[in-house]
Amino acid sequence: MKKKQKNILPRKSNTLKLSFDTSWTYAPAPESRTSATIQPRYDLFINGKWTKPESGKYFETINPANEETLSEIAEANAADVNKAVAAARNAYEKYWKKLPAKERGKYIFRIARMMQEKSRELAIIESLDGGKPIRESRDFDIPEAANHFFYYAGWADKLDYAFPGKKTASLGVAGQIIPWNFPLLMAAWKIAPALATGNTVVLKPAETTPLTALKLAELIQEADLPPGVVNIITGAGETGAALVQHPDINKIAFTGSTEVGKMILRAVAGTNKKLTLELGGKAANIIFEDAPLDQAVEGIINGIFFNQGHVCCAGSRLYIQESVANTVIRKLKDRIETLIVGDPLDKNTDIGAINSKKQLETIHYYIKTGIQEGAEIYESSCRLPSKGFWCKPTLFLNVAQSSRIAQEEIFGPVLAILTFRTDDEVIEKANNTPYGLSAGVWTDKGSRIFNMTRKMRAGVVWANTYNKFDPTSPFGGYKESGFGREGGLHGLMPYLHLSNLIPNSTRK
Amino acid sequence: MEKTTVKKSSLSVSENGLERKKGKKRLEVLKTYKIYINGQFLRTESGRYYQPVNAAGEKLANVCLCSRKDFRDAVVAARSAFGGWSSRPALNRGQILYRMAEMLEGRKAQFVEELQRQDVSKTKAEKEVLLTVDRLIYYAGWCDKYQQIFSTVNPVSGSYFNFSVPEPTGVVSIIAPQDYPLLGLVSVMAPAIAGGNTCILLASEKKPLCAITLAETLHASDLPPGVVNILTGKLSELIKWFAEHMDVNATVFCENDVETQKMLKEKSALNVKRMIFYDNIKWETEQGQSPYFIFDLQETKTTWHPIENIGFGGGAY
Repeated sequence: MKKKQKNILPRKSNTLKLSFDTSWTYAPAPESRTSATIQPRYDLFINGKWTKPESGKYFETINPANEETLSEIAEANAADVNKAVAAARNAYEKYWKKLPAKERGKYIFRIARMMQEKSRELAIIESLDGGKPIRESRDFDIPEAANHFFYYAGWADKLDYAFPGKKTASLGVAGQIIPWNFPLLMAAWKIAPALATGNTVVLKPAETTPLTALKLAELIQEADLPPGVVNIITGAGETGAALVQHPDINKIAFTGSTEVGKMILRAVAGTNKKLTLELGGKAANIIFEDAPLDQAVEGIINGIFFNQGHVCCAGSRLYIQESVANTVIRKLKDRIETLIVGDPLDKNTDIGAINSKKQLETIHYYIKTGIQEGAEIYESSCRLPSKGFWCKPTLFLNVAQSSRIAQEEIFGPVLAILTFRTDDEVIEKANNTPYGLSAGVWTDKGSRIFNMTRKMRAGVVWANTYNKFDPTSPFGGYKESGFGREGGLHGLMPYLHLSNLIPNSTRK
Repeated sequence: MEKTTVKKSSLSVSENGLERKKGKKRLEVLKTYKIYINGQFLRTESGRYYQPVNAAGEKLANVCLCSRKDFRDAVVAARSAFGGWSSRPALNRGQILYRMAEMLEGRKAQFVEELQRQDVSKTKAEKEVLLTVDRLIYYAGWCDKYQQIFSTVNPVSGSYFNFSVPEPTGVVSIIAPQDYPLLGLVSVMAPAIAGGNTCILLASEKKPLCAITLAETLHASDLPPGVVNILTGKLSELIKWFAEHMDVNATVFCENDVETQKMLKEKSALNVKRMIFYDNIKWETEQGQSPYFIFDLQETKTTWHPIENIGFGGGAY
């Protein structure tokens, strides 16, 4: 009897705690700012020219890491939006629509190439304006953006092969609104497929991160793209609303919060505007006991702390199988101690600045809510810079499924940790959310991977990896995470009108 | 009063207890048209009914005037049927759709007669029924093929295996076309269930008879309960529930009615419902069938998995 009891005692993990407590420190390794040129003021990019805003107003864009002003940005009002849409319409009817597809493709290839040439400058500006670590903007955002243009360029003259039985036609003018978390990459995700399919574009970047989109406008000018094919206008919510409501727009593409997405959905009701929405998420990242735990811990860290957690597909709900919960949590606590939080331009930085004061307030609100709801908080002991917007990597333990920090999107470096016992239980818990953008599964068992990935009601499922993206890989959500796909062959469809190759004859 | 008495007396009971007609006509046994929820034929919980009338002024039948509660019951049934139906082998879904066609083929005459009672000419009625059978066979064949048309293996950079497949959107509420009460309904139902969705259909308001008779043939086609639920009633009364319900993933609407379309789209924002309008489709033509009708009610799922390079093989494999 005694022996039996001994056997059911929890087995001690034989992994040793990694020793991070040495005096090892990293010397500062900042990227030089000098290779980036930022104008003191940017106007609107309409019809191939820099145009003063009708509103006469400008707003400041700041560096969230030190709150210093980087530049003044024009604020487009409804009249400016009107100008931009007219330019896009004109370019569409008079030029872009008639241009042979392969020539269209060559323009897009040219943009991709020039983006690669300027990648260093773009990376620096991306980190300055948005607060993300230079390692991420240099190794992920900018190359992925260039690759996206390169990928879609090749589609321009191959659309006949994309959709069997269908003839394709462009839609016209696309109005595109993008968020602040991946400013240039999101611009590429929007512009590249729109141009490849023969549409012209009015793009509005987010008000806190307009600089790389404006640098893209400079690049497009240099690339000699016909005037009006791409127009880039800046402003906040009102500018976006004017764009959505403009009657001469054929297509709206939006990436951002579910709340704004629903407003857009209501605004386009009763019109013929085609719509794609890429909205919020609250992804489950599921760790089974047979998973390679050290790899899984890296995946969890990457899943929630990549880009300060400002990722719609962030793995913000962690489900750990009970038998390994203590081990995984201990490893996670150890691991977040090693994360370097600080200067986004430093090449050693893991976690940069929170994008804006407003977002920091949202994150703080949810941290407070989590504590009030009875979850146990664990933060990294790192020191935060005195100026700028910062948040320590944060874990919440003992989180209830119904807790707001397990249900609502926080969009910051805050991980809610929950546990489970069986496969069926975790499938139900993971799917118990109005969102359905992404999910992660960690296990060594192939058949379990396929059971899990099939049953996740989410558009992107990462198995034994997390937060991977590629121009060829369709991305987008189920349920309230939106509809339509970006990337890959599927990403062409939202920008095309498909008609039957079969004649509409009445059957005998 | 007189006349009624005469009619009643035209039937008498013979010595051996069997009905015998005095005149030429035998009294018709009228069918009760019940709604179809979770594989059961029910009356509406509201107890209400309406009497659609044909051009000759004949009352067609007492038809259930469904309520919001009936719709909600149907959604519960459709949601509980979704897991099982969507994970059935595609081949099996195809066989069930084919079985539906077989059952319909055997009851052609009944549908033709019903259509005729609802003001469709004999030639047109016959054509509609044959097209309906063929349309079911068309989609039966697609059940295990559309996935191959709409799937991709994506050549991502880096050492990953990555593929995208269509998966059913979930529970779909469908307002069937008002014209073509049989062919129209089947043309929107078949692509939904061929793709693994479950659905709640609202039959044509003025011509609801075939929809219920169709439910009877579906019932005999090995279709699991709850996969198809068919309601009858007033479109104007029920339509907003079809678009508002938070556990419905997509809504299909087939009328060319801009105001209603606007209302539906606004309601769809509640839970980002997929709102699909087929307002310009000629269901009797080739245009009325396509794998893209299936794809409209699919989500695309992309799955990633790392590929580990083990060993020293290098290029030499």
